[in-house]
Amino acid sequence: MLPLSGERIDAKGIITDKFDSGDILRGTSTLKRGFAHMLKNGVVMDVTTVEQAQIAEDAGAVSVMVLDKLPSDVRKAGGVARTASIRIIEDIMDSVTIPVMAKCRIGHVYEAKVLEETDVDMIDESEVLTPADESHHIWKWDFTTPFVNGARSLSEALRRIEEGAAMIRTKGEPGTGNVAEAITHIKKVNDELRSIKTIYDSGDNQDLVRMAREFKVSYDLVEETAKLGRLPVVNFAAGGIATPADAAYLMSLGCDGIFVGSGIFNADDAKERARAIVLATTFWNESEKVKEAQKMIDERQSMLGLDVKTLELRMQERGSSA
Amino acid sequence: MSLTVGVLAIQGDVHENIMSTKIALQELGEEGTVVGVKTADDISKLDGLIIPGGESTTIGQLSLVNSSLKIIKEKIEHGMPVLGICAGMIMLSKTANDRVVGKTDQPLLDLLDIKLERNSFGRQKESFEAEISMNSINITKFNGVFIRAPSVSDVGSGVDILSKFNEKIVAVKKGNMIGVAFHPELTKDVSLHKYFVNLIKKSKK
Repeated sequence: MLPLSGERIDAKGIITDKFDSGDILRGTSTLKRGFAHMLKNGVVMDVTTVEQAQIAEDAGAVSVMVLDKLPSDVRKAGGVARTASIRIIEDIMDSVTIPVMAKCRIGHVYEAKVLEETDVDMIDESEVLTPADESHHIWKWDFTTPFVNGARSLSEALRRIEEGAAMIRTKGEPGTGNVAEAITHIKKVNDELRSIKTIYDSGDNQDLVRMAREFKVSYDLVEETAKLGRLPVVNFAAGGIATPADAAYLMSLGCDGIFVGSGIFNADDAKERARAIVLATTFWNESEKVKEAQKMIDERQSMLGLDVKTLELRMQERGSSA
Repeated sequence: MSLTVGVLAIQGDVHENIMSTKIALQELGEEGTVVGVKTADDISKLDGLIIPGGESTTIGQLSLVNSSLKIIKEKIEHGMPVLGICAGMIMLSKTANDRVVGKTDQPLLDLLDIKLERNSFGRQKESFEAEISMNSINITKFNGVFIRAPSVSDVGSGVDILSKFNEKIVAVKKGNMIGVAFHPELTKDVSLHKYFVNLIKKSKK
């Protein structure tokens, strides 16, 4: 059964259709969070073309994320990064059977509406693109299409869930090929979950109220999450994953799955690497299989990667304070 | 008699099916263990298997890699009950077509004589919850959670239709195989999981 803490039953995105066989509901929390459940233990790959999307599907990806440029190229290009061309998104939707996601800018309600109208399966309100409104994220309850959002901490994750996100991913530092930040973020979320679980188990409601104030979210959501001891929605790792070992390590930290951005299609061995990362994600707890997967890739063909400390643009900070 | 029920743990909604099956065993007062299974060795010990929802292309390809597909097929042919949910029903089928993309060459178990249409109701925005019934197995009211769901466009001889929604076939059964297009593990109602546990119990006698 699905945990539904924090859901709003008055959401505008919930639609009732009437049929002879009875009424149906669309856009409910069960359907949105349930969609994310079907991705668990899988790899979502960033793609920019039909060809890349087909490589991803053949490699065993559970979904593709369509962007105009891969995150590392967004970094190089500078300027304003916006949602991808609708025509490319539609071409990709027509050529693969797996779900297709696309990114919109943080707070850009109408890019999201355009993506919903295009019928993408999930919208990523993403810090990889240039934020449109950093103080107000999209109120995602208004949409029938589910959203995924990035988070660096438990409080950020809960704020996004309270706004209607059906899935969370760590932010990491996109486009760097450096997994360090993703590891930091997932460990931080895990530590914070453990600590609110301890408070819940001790029965100290006053302390939970204090946490809700600190997190700037409702008490009910904090209480439910503390009781569960995990986020009430599916939680993936993202940002800087470049090798099978990166993916397996993040799975071992309790992530439900993996997003790979620039790591695959900016490497020179994209096909093998895509397959290898899927294998390592599926069989992360069998070290022999992770080794086999790692052997499929050539380190000399990995993307060069960037040291996060020297970056001028830290995408992870976008939209974090709101 | 203790039952060992497995949930294929390659990809998808594994944990929720383990939980629903545990509750079903409890409510029926049956002894048993429920485990996530990946390897041929784990699968060989099972009395019953649930193939959960997820992405059928991913589950198919990866269970081919570690040769679990072969043993699953053998076990089912020898009478082990199997419940295929959404992607799991696609895995059981003989042929699967995508509504938009057309014929797919994904690995299937090729056991259940049904023709499958993938993503039959449309993309995620068209995913829906609806009340359905499976009267022939005494489940008269069930909240069907359909997520990018497939439907059965044609059934071969001896395949029972358990449920239809809007003229589309959404649940079927043939002998020890059950296929459903919706997700019982996402609801509180464990009646279908209970029915499946009883089917396993009968097959062991």
